[in-house]
Amino acid sequence: MSQLSERPANPVVGQEIPHESAALHVTGTALYTDDLVGRTHGVLHAYPVRGEHAHATVTRLGVAPALDVPGVVRVLTADDVPGVNDAGVKHDEPLFPTEVMYVGHPVAWVLGETLEQARLGAEAVEVDYAPLPSLIGVTEAIAAGSFQGAQPTVRRGDVDSGFDRAAHVFTGEVEFAGQEHFYLETHASLAQVDEGGQVFVQSSTQHPSETQEIVSHVLGVPAHEVTVQCLRMGGGFGGKEMQPHGYAAIAALGATLTGRPVRLRLNRTQDITMSGKRHGFHAEWRVGFSQDGRLEALDATLTSDGGWSLDLSEPVLARALCHIDNAYWIPDVRVNGRIAKTHKTSQTAFRGFGGPQGMFVIEDILGRCAPLLGIDPLELRSRNFYTEGQHTPYGMLVRHPDRLDATWSQVLAGGDVERRRAEIAEFNATHEHTKRALAMTPVKFGISFNLTAFNQAGALVLVYKDGSVLVNHGGTEMGQGLHTKMLQVAATTLGLPLSKVRLAPTRTDKVPNTSATAASSGADLNGGAVKNACEQIRERLAVVAAGRLGVPAADVRFHDGTVSGLGAGDMGWDELVRIAYFQRVQLSASGYYRTEGLHWDSSTMQGTPFKYFAYGVAATEVEVDGFTGAYRTRRVDIVHDVGDSLSPLIDIGQIEGGFVQGAGWLTLEDLRWDTSDGPRRGRLSTQAASTYKLPSLSEMPEVFNVSLLDKAHEEGAVYGSKAVGEPPLMLAFSVREALREAAAAFGPAGVSVDLASPATPEAVYWAVEQARAAHEHGHVVEGAPGRVPDQPGSEATPMLPNSERIQYGVRSGV
Amino acid sequence: MSSTPRNGTVDGSVSLTVNGVATPLGEAPAYTTLLDWLRGQGLTGAKEGCAEGECGACSVMVVRPDGDDRSRWTAINACLVPAAAYAGQEVVTSEGLGTVDDLHPVQREMAVRGGSQCGYCTPGFVCSMAAEFYRPDRTRAAASPDGAADDGDHEHGPNGFDLHALSGNLCRCTGYRPIRDAAYALGDAAGDDPLAERTSRPAPAAEPLRHTAADRSFVRPADLDEALRLLADNPDAVALAGSTDWGVEVNIRSARADLVVVIDRLPELRELHVRDDVVEIGAALTLSEVERGLDGRVPLLDSLFPQFASRLIRNGATIGGNLGTGSPIGDTPPALLALEADLVLTSPDGDRVVPVSDYFTGYRESVRRPGELIRSVRVPLPLSQITAFHKIAKRRFDDISSVAVGFAIQTDGGVVSKARIGLGGVAATPIRATATEAALEGRPWSAETVAAAAAVMRGEGTPMDDHRASAAYRSAMLGTALRRLHSDNPTTEGRTA
Repeated sequence: MSQLSERPANPVVGQEIPHESAALHVTGTALYTDDLVGRTHGVLHAYPVRGEHAHATVTRLGVAPALDVPGVVRVLTADDVPGVNDAGVKHDEPLFPTEVMYVGHPVAWVLGETLEQARLGAEAVEVDYAPLPSLIGVTEAIAAGSFQGAQPTVRRGDVDSGFDRAAHVFTGEVEFAGQEHFYLETHASLAQVDEGGQVFVQSSTQHPSETQEIVSHVLGVPAHEVTVQCLRMGGGFGGKEMQPHGYAAIAALGATLTGRPVRLRLNRTQDITMSGKRHGFHAEWRVGFSQDGRLEALDATLTSDGGWSLDLSEPVLARALCHIDNAYWIPDVRVNGRIAKTHKTSQTAFRGFGGPQGMFVIEDILGRCAPLLGIDPLELRSRNFYTEGQHTPYGMLVRHPDRLDATWSQVLAGGDVERRRAEIAEFNATHEHTKRALAMTPVKFGISFNLTAFNQAGALVLVYKDGSVLVNHGGTEMGQGLHTKMLQVAATTLGLPLSKVRLAPTRTDKVPNTSATAASSGADLNGGAVKNACEQIRERLAVVAAGRLGVPAADVRFHDGTVSGLGAGDMGWDELVRIAYFQRVQLSASGYYRTEGLHWDSSTMQGTPFKYFAYGVAATEVEVDGFTGAYRTRRVDIVHDVGDSLSPLIDIGQIEGGFVQGAGWLTLEDLRWDTSDGPRRGRLSTQAASTYKLPSLSEMPEVFNVSLLDKAHEEGAVYGSKAVGEPPLMLAFSVREALREAAAAFGPAGVSVDLASPATPEAVYWAVEQARAAHEHGHVVEGAPGRVPDQPGSEATPMLPNSERIQYGVRSGV
Repeated sequence: MSSTPRNGTVDGSVSLTVNGVATPLGEAPAYTTLLDWLRGQGLTGAKEGCAEGECGACSVMVVRPDGDDRSRWTAINACLVPAAAYAGQEVVTSEGLGTVDDLHPVQREMAVRGGSQCGYCTPGFVCSMAAEFYRPDRTRAAASPDGAADDGDHEHGPNGFDLHALSGNLCRCTGYRPIRDAAYALGDAAGDDPLAERTSRPAPAAEPLRHTAADRSFVRPADLDEALRLLADNPDAVALAGSTDWGVEVNIRSARADLVVVIDRLPELRELHVRDDVVEIGAALTLSEVERGLDGRVPLLDSLFPQFASRLIRNGATIGGNLGTGSPIGDTPPALLALEADLVLTSPDGDRVVPVSDYFTGYRESVRRPGELIRSVRVPLPLSQITAFHKIAKRRFDDISSVAVGFAIQTDGGVVSKARIGLGGVAATPIRATATEAALEGRPWSAETVAAAAAVMRGEGTPMDDHRASAAYRSAMLGTALRRLHSDNPTTEGRTA
């Protein structure tokens, strides 16, 4: 067992404890960025002036009328930027644009004494536009050849020979929607400048270091003049990985120009119409199966809808291509990816980061082809699982494929699947207007940032003379329980009760150069760093204790606040710390961790980008009303692999919440953009909670059984645990596939049913109608060789090495 | 204007009792929401998540009347209501329920069961949950002969907790299971619980008030006459009841009124009478109050209530307000059309009675004249045997209808003697499906009749495509609704009682 993954006896990790801020949450005393405004003196409020067109040139910006509005202090425009006028890391996101690229694009910001005055000031700003042609839908962009960024391909073997081998070849196409993060806390920043000109920005950000970096380049100052702090976020889900930077920069710019604190909080309408979302995708594919339903070849072209700028679209696309296999062995593969450029918000990271979109394609293929193959979808899926020794299309060994089988069988048994499917068949035979179905889908999700450099983290652990411990680390808390886990890791490593350890807010002046808290890697990376820092301190203290107890340092043990020598006496932690101080032993340590064993060549899309895979299986039973397409999720059974859980209550919460969020994406959450040629073109029609519906209590599965895979120790990860943030979201494909099968049950056997995504009641109703009609097998076309998906042209560029998120070199040259 | 508030309420001297502490309303402009005002007092527990009463992050508890002698804790959306509307009232926020060292039972269950992750929605959930915790008839519901917990009703806990109490609260993190478990684990309030004790006394009266700040006025008139006079004298004044619609206008579309006249507590608008030939419902009763007051006597409305927005909204929204806004997708009109209800409109010139079927004249337009208020809704008795309210929406809890259908089918010897069908969401106004009614009347209540009438119903209205549904789906839903009703009620016994 590796030193990193080994647990001491009776560790604090693995204990089922509530979220470290739970008592603050429930009493309303937990503070979020915008709660600080009333606690800060003399705050100015920022309000955006927003473009009214999907695409237009700004021909005139008249700010003078705003300055006549009582309470308006200043209007921020491009002329005010001392540094670089860019809110992103790709140099394609001007903070103050001269070209409006989507409806609602802010072109200026007004600072007012009150929010109301700032709003009235923004209304008074005069902007003239020269409208330009726009592309809204991804298919419009494909037809127009409007792409941005790299066009990578993941390739293995030779698809043509794969299709030659195949007994069945099917061709199809699918377009599916994105998703709004709808974190309950909208984007918020509060910036202040101190007496030395040091800028302090409190921001609801998953990536304080990058927020710091953008603020510093906008202000034209070195990073050490900017500190970013994130107390906690009211949800992030990837939406605060790259999107907060510009808002923080506006607040910081306002604060430096006025000398007063500036607050910028987007209201919901602004947030939903300005911030990026999960990418919707278009995919065309052909797939080959052997006579017995084994995948032989997959040829697909995926086009993501990137919106107006590149943002994180390239790495999202890379992850989509790396997850199109999901849990299935496919011998010959060619998957092309490209990013459409459209006049919409710039789509960004969202829990799963392309993984869900890749998996969507294969699960959709299996769901649509199973009836045509005459194979039970459960059987079709499990028959194609990876087995020992097989590699992914991008060349990574699939370690622990037996966990797919283990989770699958546990769900089959624990979910009583066989008996319930018989009951469902009986129910369907006796109910004309209501049908049920049970579907099972697996998840295999790669853990680590694809870009190897991001797989590092730091921590700063301070032990005070009284024995109390303060932990700083680079990760941010957005509800996922990272801080809780870090407390457990620190307490475990130092052999202390939890009460001795406290966590400090995430700040860039404590731990520098951090990666985003993203890619499910928060606990893996920061846990490694916290553990490392604690171990340094423990080793120093062990020497002190060894002297007092008369044993070798190697024989000193730390447990539950007591320090003991093997075969000798013991002493209290507090006493040891005090002695160490007087012996002039350093009581703080900076910890560091980097994930070992990673290699990724993004230009060839080959390597071992992931430390390990997280596995899980879900079985979902739904009931569909044939009159309306309305449905209920009757029961969900999940077995998920989190390694040896660091914190079971937290992990179960992540699994349940991820599943329901995934189900929301696939069934309910409906991003509708106006694609008409009218004056509302490009507008998001569902731009409020009243029109963009999140899952509510009525979407919670009526029976919801979640368990963690037993004996799942993960070598080489902190205390044997695995990441949990993203993978469970993709268990929700079981809901979509169950809805498809329930719709199919309204028709004769063997019908392939297309199901639009999201599978709203209306979409399910049309699927039911399609099944009832049964004269056509959806839109899957059978027959070799099938239609070859669009192939990249000669102008298509591969991913550049290390291009995936950041081109630091390019920017520093500007 | 002639308003002279009684009880000496003058600008700047009125206060709200927040978590037991009298707090001056101060100079908050009339459009200042209770949420913004609370946050301005440093009580930042309640959050703005959506600013339109959809997410419940702003939920707080207020004391509302429960008969003349008692009161009940009622959860509302603080983001929708003006702070001035709560002058003289009692408000409790998450901060007032318990402290970190002494958690309220609701807070404790939420904390230990993983009911919070990011915590942003949590204070709102806690307040909605606490209001249900204190609901006086909560335990009784559990003991109902239906045996809710056994028969697959997943919306009531063994402790009588009605999950619909949380239907207006959204959580993006947990997936809700631990929140449901926390709700279902709650016991009864302790004997010395001061908030439980509070309900044994009457709610604070809604005292007349004139509050002016930043040149805008908020007036709570003393009586209906004064309200009507104010509205007559000030044509641009906004008459405000539950503020669940106006609050959205204020927050999302930045509507500002020079004068708001609040009518939600006028006794003349809050009467409920059940007579032999009519049920008369005061327009300013909230939907929750109507639901409790009718206590199942109008089954069609009973099937409507749980589908009408959320509990938080129903606690604020009034039945008159839902008609007053004149929306084609309001949920009460289709039901009231089926019930052949009348509206009593009142103005300084007196009262007049208008059938709901004649009330709507165009998109958000009605026969209601400027300055005229809806006094009450009259539902004639007896009721038809077969009634139902079908709401087609993306989400089961708290959504806006794509299509809404109210049915009231009267039969005599197996033959449809009267059919009344109200439709929402398929035209610029709520409409009656008169052609379908004609296709049913005089014919046996049979699959054949229903099939023929369903084909007629499919062609009713002029449905449109929008982000909620396509026109084709709306028409299809009209086409299936009658068959669904027949499937649920194959005989003329009906299911209503």
